[in-house]
Amino acid sequence: MAIEVRDVNKSFGTTPVLRDVSIDVESGSLTALLGPSGGGKSTLLRVIAGLEQPDTGTVRISGVDATRLAPQRRNVGFVFQHYAAFKHLTVFRNVAFGLEIRKRPKDEIRRRVMELLELVHLEQMADRYPSQLSGGQRQRMALARALAVEPEVLLLDEPFGALDAQVRKELRTWLRRLHDEVHVTTVFVTHDQEEAIEVADTIVVLADGEVKQVGSPAEVYDNPADPFVMRFLGPVTEIGGNLVRPHDIEISAEPVEGGTAATISRVVRLGFEVRVELTVEGRDAWVQVTRGFADQLALTPGDVVNVRPVPGARSLTLAAV
Amino acid sequence: MTTDVAVRPAPPPGAPGGGARPRSRWSVPGGTALGVGSAVLYLSLIVLIPLAVVAWRSVDQGPGYFWRAVTTPDAWAALTLTVGASFLVALINLVMGTIIAWVLVRDRFPGKAVVDTLIDLPFALPTIVAGLVLLALYGPESPLGLNLAYSRAGVVLALLFVTLPFVVRTVQPVLLELDKEMEQAAASLGASPFQTFRRIILPNLVPAMLSGTALAFTRSIAEFGSTVLISGNLPFKTQVAAVNIFSQIEGDNTTGAAAISTVLLVVALVALVSLDLLQRWGSRRG
Repeated sequence: MAIEVRDVNKSFGTTPVLRDVSIDVESGSLTALLGPSGGGKSTLLRVIAGLEQPDTGTVRISGVDATRLAPQRRNVGFVFQHYAAFKHLTVFRNVAFGLEIRKRPKDEIRRRVMELLELVHLEQMADRYPSQLSGGQRQRMALARALAVEPEVLLLDEPFGALDAQVRKELRTWLRRLHDEVHVTTVFVTHDQEEAIEVADTIVVLADGEVKQVGSPAEVYDNPADPFVMRFLGPVTEIGGNLVRPHDIEISAEPVEGGTAATISRVVRLGFEVRVELTVEGRDAWVQVTRGFADQLALTPGDVVNVRPVPGARSLTLAAV
Repeated sequence: MTTDVAVRPAPPPGAPGGGARPRSRWSVPGGTALGVGSAVLYLSLIVLIPLAVVAWRSVDQGPGYFWRAVTTPDAWAALTLTVGASFLVALINLVMGTIIAWVLVRDRFPGKAVVDTLIDLPFALPTIVAGLVLLALYGPESPLGLNLAYSRAGVVLALLFVTLPFVVRTVQPVLLELDKEMEQAAASLGASPFQTFRRIILPNLVPAMLSGTALAFTRSIAEFGSTVLISGNLPFKTQVAAVNIFSQIEGDNTTGAAAISTVLLVVALVALVSLDLLQRWGSRRG
């Protein structure tokens, strides 16, 4: 295990932010800490990096107890949401910083920095200052800077949070590819479930300072541990007291076994996908179908149809409200 | 810095002007002309014309007279004392002002708000009052048994008092704005607290430290009120330039007074300009 967190508790004042958190991060994996803001995911990351001290519990990095180690001695790379670029240093010197602190020979530093700048596609920018870079470039520089010291684990705190949607998408695909090349154990914090599912091979869902579920993206999406995780990981709707994914519901014109009558209130065409809004037993629900299917049944508002979960679909029974 | 420009995807590598901000210099022509006009007029009336008159007066009896006026033993002694003491005072307050700003921003202690307010006292107090206080405290009847009256140490002390706020007040806001995450990034890259200070914090503070120092230095050169009492105005020993100018005027030698004033003016200008150049040289970043 690259990182073992055991029973970590942490409060800010009287507000608990982490409650008995235990997670394992496998060597070479790419793990997402996913959860709503205020859920404690950034604090957990900072505890691993040594930027926060846990009140109780332990952190082991590569088998060594690091709980009381200063951040300088943990050999972790940390990437901040707002880049934390050294404004007064060029891109080259930013990336070289950790190596200069370690007093590596000049030509070795030069070689290593240029290698890393090539890896993050910034080799042309070596002599620029951070203020002359775009947000995406700054974050790539910050990543190269963190990788320069060959950290045992790489920690990224909402690395794409400050970037606009387009750059975000590009960078996360790029991060995935980079990880396949470099293989350094990586943990990143995000509140975007799409980002977590797309990039990570393990997702840790964290809310209210507690670990709600750990698993592969498919596991967490298909077998959510509780309604919260199910809601957080993707769209849900409610039919007959069950929480179901809207694409896991069948619509039929004729009554079917286990089906419930529903009245269509609205049909929204979103390109390939069609969103059918309907009323089931007096409650609003919606179903996601393909355009072909909607045309075939000629679904129109006012129609009465039958709905039921697809056989074998994962659903969660909600406690009666 | 306009962040909306900064976060936009940059042009492909090698494209010219990747980081340059679009600058529309004449975007509001009418407003700009009015603004520049009134600024220049005001500056001329309040600063430039009076200074020009001083410089003009100083040479109205020829450059030879100017030179003799400046190099009379008492004037020269006053000038060298003033410049030397100001230099020393600026250096001391550079260090102490930075430390005080650091403590005010980074440390927590009871009464911090009071201390923060006290820093401005030398600004608010009439300098002659400062002189009185200093004389009472460090004069012949010093309750501390420390008599600095009529000595150069007394002059330096008075100047230290009046110029304390400059460095504190220029460094403080920069320190407040400094990105704490830069320091955390440096720590996670292995830098010790001292290395972080020297390599990350200090370079970001230097411009503010230098401009505070320049202000303290130029203020010291011109100081009159606070030094006039404690120095005792002993020519060749404790008389500062401003007091020398005053006594020249009393002696009806306005040309001589103007000559010394002009020298002070030039020294102050040189100090401001060279520190400004130093700052530009040190911060070629965008």
